[in-house]
This record gives sequence, C-alpha cells and structure tokens, in this order.
Amino acid sequence: MNYYYYPGCTLKTKAKALDASARAAAECLGVTLTEVPEWQCCGAVYPMAQDEVAARLSAVRALLAAREAGVPLVTLCSACHHVIKRVNADMAKNPDLRQKAANYLGLSTPYAGETKVLHYLEVLKNDVGFETIKQQVKHPLTGQKIGAYYGCLLLRPADVMQFDDPESPTMLEDLLRALGAAPVDYDQKNECCAGYLSLTDPAAASRRTRAILTSAREAGAEALVTACPLCQYNLSRHSGGSLPVYYVTELLEAALKGGNGHA
Amino acid sequence: MQKIGVFVCWCGSNIAGTVDVGRVVEAVRQEPGVAFAADYQYMCSDSGQNLIKSAVKEHGLTGIVVCSCSPRMHEATFKKTAAAAGLNPYMVEIANIREHCSWIHKNMEEATEKAIVLARAAIAKVLKDAPLTSGTTEVTKRALVIGGGIAGIQTALDIAEAGFAVDIVEKQPTIGGRMAQLDKTFPTLDCSACILTPKMVDAGANENIELFTYSEVESVKGFVGNFTVTIRKKARSVRADLCTGCGECTEKCPSRKTKNEFNMGMDTRGAIYIPYAQAVPKIAVIDREHCLHFKTGKCGLCERTCSAKAIDFAQEDELVTRNYGAIVMATGFQMIDPSGFGEFGYGKSKDVLTSLEFERLMNAAGPTGGHLVCPSDGRHPKHIVFIQCVGSRDTSGCGKPYCSKICCMYTAKHAILVRDKYPDVSVTVFYIDVRTPGKNFDEFYRRAVEEYGVQYVKGMVGKVTREGGRLKVQGSDLLNDRQLHLEADMVVLAAAIEPDPTARSVASMLTASIDTNGFMTEAHPKLRPVESPTAGVFLSGVCQGPKDIPETVAQASACAAKVIGLLCKQKLVNNACVASSDPLLCNGCSSCEKVCPYGAITYEERELNDKGVRRTARVAVVNEAVCQGCGACTVACPSGAMDLKGFTNQQIMAEVDAICR
Repeated sequence: MNYYYYPGCTLKTKAKALDASARAAAECLGVTLTEVPEWQCCGAVYPMAQDEVAARLSAVRALLAAREAGVPLVTLCSACHHVIKRVNADMAKNPDLRQKAANYLGLSTPYAGETKVLHYLEVLKNDVGFETIKQQVKHPLTGQKIGAYYGCLLLRPADVMQFDDPESPTMLEDLLRALGAAPVDYDQKNECCAGYLSLTDPAAASRRTRAILTSAREAGAEALVTACPLCQYNLSRHSGGSLPVYYVTELLEAALKGGNGHA
Repeated sequence: MQKIGVFVCWCGSNIAGTVDVGRVVEAVRQEPGVAFAADYQYMCSDSGQNLIKSAVKEHGLTGIVVCSCSPRMHEATFKKTAAAAGLNPYMVEIANIREHCSWIHKNMEEATEKAIVLARAAIAKVLKDAPLTSGTTEVTKRALVIGGGIAGIQTALDIAEAGFAVDIVEKQPTIGGRMAQLDKTFPTLDCSACILTPKMVDAGANENIELFTYSEVESVKGFVGNFTVTIRKKARSVRADLCTGCGECTEKCPSRKTKNEFNMGMDTRGAIYIPYAQAVPKIAVIDREHCLHFKTGKCGLCERTCSAKAIDFAQEDELVTRNYGAIVMATGFQMIDPSGFGEFGYGKSKDVLTSLEFERLMNAAGPTGGHLVCPSDGRHPKHIVFIQCVGSRDTSGCGKPYCSKICCMYTAKHAILVRDKYPDVSVTVFYIDVRTPGKNFDEFYRRAVEEYGVQYVKGMVGKVTREGGRLKVQGSDLLNDRQLHLEADMVVLAAAIEPDPTARSVASMLTASIDTNGFMTEAHPKLRPVESPTAGVFLSGVCQGPKDIPETVAQASACAAKVIGLLCKQKLVNNACVASSDPLLCNGCSSCEKVCPYGAITYEERELNDKGVRRTARVAVVNEAVCQGCGACTVACPSGAMDLKGFTNQQIMAEVDAICR
C-alpha cells in the first residue's frame, strides 16, 4: 500500500503529534507514506470565489505531483483535506478553472482531477480495513468512553467530500470500536468548532466549543478524538483539561504499540 | 387497390406552428393508394369529422390515415367517425405528428420532413389493413377492493349500494386503515373514529360486502370484466365463526413485549390481540412470531381462557379463488422513516416524534390515554416544536421530491389541539411554505395563528440536540434573518407520506403502472383520474397520490361510479386486434403459451392438410375472448406462426420500409 502523503504546515509545527503518530501507526499497518516532495501550504482556506485561481494553485501542485507518481494522495489535517479534495473536484468539473490553473503553472497537459485524494481515515477503513486493525491491536482501549468529533470540514459539502453521512457519521466510532474503545454517541459531533473565529470573535468560539463539550460530557464521554489540529486547539483550549482531546492517530498508535498512556 | 384518404390536422398551432401541413398534404398525394388528402384546423371537431365522413362517401375511400395527436387521445374518436361513414373502424390509422413530431421539434423544415415520413408509414400500414370484427365477453358482476382504509371502505360501500357484490381484501386484521389512527380531523375537528367507525360497521354488515381481513392478494389472472383472483387468508389461529371478540384472551396473554402497531409502537400488546376496540371484524388474531406457544410449544393460556373454544393453533392459511369484473386499488400510504434525516435526532431522543406518533399520543385510546406527556420521562411539556416538510419537497435524495399535501393542515390541527387543551404549552411551527388550499382550510390555519397564538416561523430546522434532559432546536427564521436556538420538550416531525410498500407488488400482478414515486398512474392525469391505464383496474385514495380525507372520499366515490358503470354493462366489446396462429407453421413448442400473461393460448391436437399431405399435429390455439393483443407471443414464436391482427409482421415491416424509403 503506497501513497503520497501531504502533511501540511500545521503538522510540522503545532500538530507534530498528529503527524508522528500517523506515520508510526501507518508503519505498523504496512502502509507506506511518501511525503510529497517540496509540498507547499494547501492554501488553508478553500476559496469560495469561482474566479479565484491563485489560491487554488498550491493544492493543484500537490495533486499534480501525485498524478505524476501515479499514486493516491493521502491527507490528514481536516482543513488540508477539505481544500485539496475540493480543488481536485474543481479541476475535474470546471474546465475554465482547469485551463487557468494550467496557464499559471505552465502545464502542457492541464490537471483535470486525475489524482485520487484520500483522507488517512479512508485509507484505514477501505484499504487496510478496520477488521485488520482490530486483529493487530495489542493494547485495546477496553472500556474507554470516547466521543468521536468530526467537525465540519471532513463532512461537508457531502457530495464533494464523500466522507460519511454528514448528519450521522460513524467512521470514527467504527475505528474506535476496532481499537477496543466504547465510542459515545453525542449530538454535536458534526457541528463546527468555530474554526478561525477563535481569533476574530472569541465569545462566539467559546459558545460553540462549550456546546460541543457539554453535549459530549452529558453523553458520558471521558475524552474526545479528532483528526483536525484546529478543532483540537479550540476544543482543548476551552475544556480546561476536563475533557482531553486527542488526535485519533494517537489512540491508534497507542492501541497498536502501547506505551503512550493516553486516555 | 385501396383508396386511402389522408387527413392532416393543424391542432390549432400545436402542429401547424412547427409542421407545414400544406406540404404534408402535397407530399402524401403522391403516395400509392392515396385518393384524397386534406388538412383542417381541428380534425377532431364536429366539422373536421364531417370532412372525413363526406370524403369517404364522395371518393369511395376504403381506408383512412389521420395525421394528428397521439392515438391515446383520439384514435377512438376517428374510429367512430369511420364507422359512422360505413367503414370498418380497423381501417383507420393514426400518424402521431404532434407528440412524436411538432411538440418535440423546433425546426419547421425537419419537423415537416418527419411528419411526411410518419404519414407514409401509416399509409403503408393501411394498405395492408384488413377489416376486423370484435367479439364480446360477459362481465362478472363482482368487484374486488384491495385495501380496507377509508378509500376502500367508501368505494366498496358505494358499489354495494348500487346492488353489486364487492369484496374487500385488507392485510391487517381489521379494516379502518390510517384514518382509524387519527385523533381529530381538519378543518372541523370532529373525532376521526366517530365518523369512521360507523362506516366500518356498515361495511362489515352490508350483505353485498364480504371482508377478507388479515388477507393478501396472491395472484391475479384475466382481464377487464373477467379477472380471476386468488386471495390468501392468513391463519388467524382463531376461528372467526366462534370468536365473540370478548378480549379475555388478549388480557391473559403472557407475551406482552410486541410493539403495538396501532399505537405506532409506543406501547405493547399481547401476542394474541384485537387491534383496537372498534375493530371490524372484532376477532382476535395470534401473532405467531411472538406467541409463546408457536415459539416454545408451551403456554396455550388463551386456549384455556377462551370460553367460545375459538383458539385453533393448527389453523392454516386458506386460498380463496374468485372471479371479478373490476379491481380497485386502495392500498393507501405510510409515513417515511425520518431517521435518515440525522439532523432531527429521530430515534435518538424519544421526545422526537413523527406526526402519526403524536396523533396517537393525543388520542384518548392512545398509549397515554390522551394525556400529552413527553415519551422520554412522562413530564408535562412546556414547549413543542413542529417541523414541516421533513422529507417532502426534498431533492437531496433522502426524501421525496413531491409535496405530501396533508402536513400543513394536520400540523395546524395539532397546534390548535395542543393550545386548546393545554394553554400553558407554547407551540412553534417551522415551515417552508404553508399550503392550505381547500374548503375552510386557510381559515383554519389562520385560527391557529390568530386565535391560538401558535408561533409560525418561516425557515427550516438545522439541528435538534439533547441538552440537560430537554431538546434544543436550532433553526433559521428567514423573515427576520436570524438564527433561532429554542429549548423544547418535544419535536414533532411532519414526515413525508409514501405509497404503502405492498402497492408495488399488487400493481405488478395487475400489470398496472406506477410512477417514479411509487404512486399508481392514472389513465389520464386530468380526464381519467380514477382509472388505471390497465382496463378494469381503478384507483381509490392515496395510492394514486397524496390526499386528505375529504379528497380521498370524493375520489373513492368517483372510483365506485366508474366500477358501477363497468359492472352495469351486459357485455364488453373485445379488442379485435388479437393474436392468431397459423397451424401449418406452428411447431408446437409452447413458447407462446409460456409468455402469454392472460392464459389465452392453449394447445390441441389437430388434423392438418399440409399441401395435400394429411398429418396430425399439436398446435397453438388462441382464445380470442381472452387475448388482449399485447403481442408477446408473436415475438416469442420461433417459427413465425403467431401473428397479431391489425399489427401483423408484414404491416410492421411495411411501416419500417416506408420510413427507410
């Protein structure tokens, strides 16, 4: 199982744990992740303007690199995944954008969305298989009540992201179950963590994260897992340590290898 | 040689706007056999028909081609015209230059070319037409109604009233259907059971009506006037002739965990049960899946309790075969399961209900005896939020694209009932549009807003979550351009309605067509709304499309009128375009017999004179009274012995040749 891997800026700075645990777990599971050579920032925010080409270019570069290598492109950070997956769909469906991107990048063959963009979790589910993971778990998270937090970027817009049911996703819970944990279902698992509002409108961000944390706590969760550095930041900042927020890959690594003493 | 008249219709501008009718007339005049050609503004009008009649007489025409609309529209009209002019009606062909040509083309040049080609094909066919004569068949003076809800009951009562025998087949142990589950009815708020149960009793007591409850249609054969239907009477495990409906057994039954369907699963019933107090017939039934006797072989408490000795564990399904002249589909509807809409939390919180569940909750015979309490913990609610259009007018793929039509009114009804009985409970309704066309309907809705203080919010709910034992509803208030975060104790979902799932299999037995949403298709959406395109099959109630009770009852009676009209006939004129087999070509393979959906083909030993050689052979024989002219046998026949009168292989090849010329 060979993939190009796009870590993104945050995984090299604030979210090193996400990157490290994902790589370690992948190695255990026989998944080979080759870092995209000379990758650049994904653009951080998907440009909603239909005539905004420049902000899409760095995503196209990563996608192109994977096309040339002939392997799928794996992402991990929810925000990067969102941007890259949506830009990929733009290149496949919007000939105007496709041509403009080709002009900017000086491509003789325009990039038309040929690369398959996969989230790390999708690789685990569809290529490795949760059943295989279950068999490889050496240190099951038995009895741990964990709430899966999806946030919004992985799920919507559902027709482009095609990740899971945007209203009732279950992929993280299925993985947690494979790791031996007892996932806790709660109503706010697919609601927004407030994203960058924590910078511009901290009060709004605080209301949002409190709603998520309260909902998870009321349902009996003792910890949360997420795949997104920004969600992790917002949630753990407001939980004040009362409800630890882990990267799902950290628990995966712990279950496969043991030792880290998480949760 | 035939003398053919070609009549090209303008259909006002419908055809003449895109097809140069004058050029069509000029072109067909050159065709072999054409003795007369003319165009006219409205060929179907009286003067248009007179034009045809006089041309037949003046020019001694032997065949007619009318270039006009679809034969489904006016073939019968022009056949009558031909007959009035003394021609055999089967010497008429229609070239459809409207639906197949002018309506779907924009370019006049191309459309005119195509119209000429279609006319040529029809002329080629008439050249090979032969006069045909129709036979007649008797009509069985009995109707079958499939479904015993208010639609089926009303249709059956009206047919019975006219003096004809009618059977109702109902899959549940009682007739009554969905209406029996409703509490009050809009816009008058009279009690649903109070107006329905007398009709149920009438249906049960009427000497012309026979009820087959807890029964299903097993198979259907035949055709209009002569259907043969096999009905499976499922084993009740209770003898209908002995059970007095006292209900003693239902109270003693120790298996009490089965969800009560009548109360939408909000309480439980015994394995032996009578669906509800006013059930017709009031006979107990054993649900074998949950009965301890059938599961473990022990128990038998009901048998010991029953003083009428009606319990019969050994009872088996019974098959009844009967003949009918007409069949009525009245299979009704169900609510969609709203758990596909994860945002509303249905199935996660017990306090999120469907409207039908809420209906039972408000009903005096419901799971709470009519006390409005939150199903999760029995507390008295302070605020109830109703969400309309859950799965209706939804193109996301989870729901239905159509408007379910009844939800705006019953939601207004629910809101009024709550506010009337519990003035301390506040009510909010989220809507996309409020649609209240109907007699006294809009007045009713306005009463909810103006007199009962129901809060109507234009906008959709995005999320319902559980918080601190209550529900939190997040929705948009579009008129005020703001987000609402409301605390609520109950959320009621006006889920879309869909055809009952059994309708599909019954429809396929009847070869009656259904639309993309699973509703039965009418013979004509405006002009023949209670008939199915399959002759002898009629439509009553919601199986044809969403309807409220007044509309359902009106349609049910209209349907009965059509059935009575059919049953009144002494004889039906058959289709003359039937199959026939050439015994000299038939090799007796039985292919045709196997594909015939009407059972019209049999085989017999015949002595044949094959070019002077006498031989005996097993050959196909078509019963012309039974054949419906579908043509399946002509395609299946490997030796080319089978042919369809009026649509012979030769004629079809001639048409193809004319088109390709």
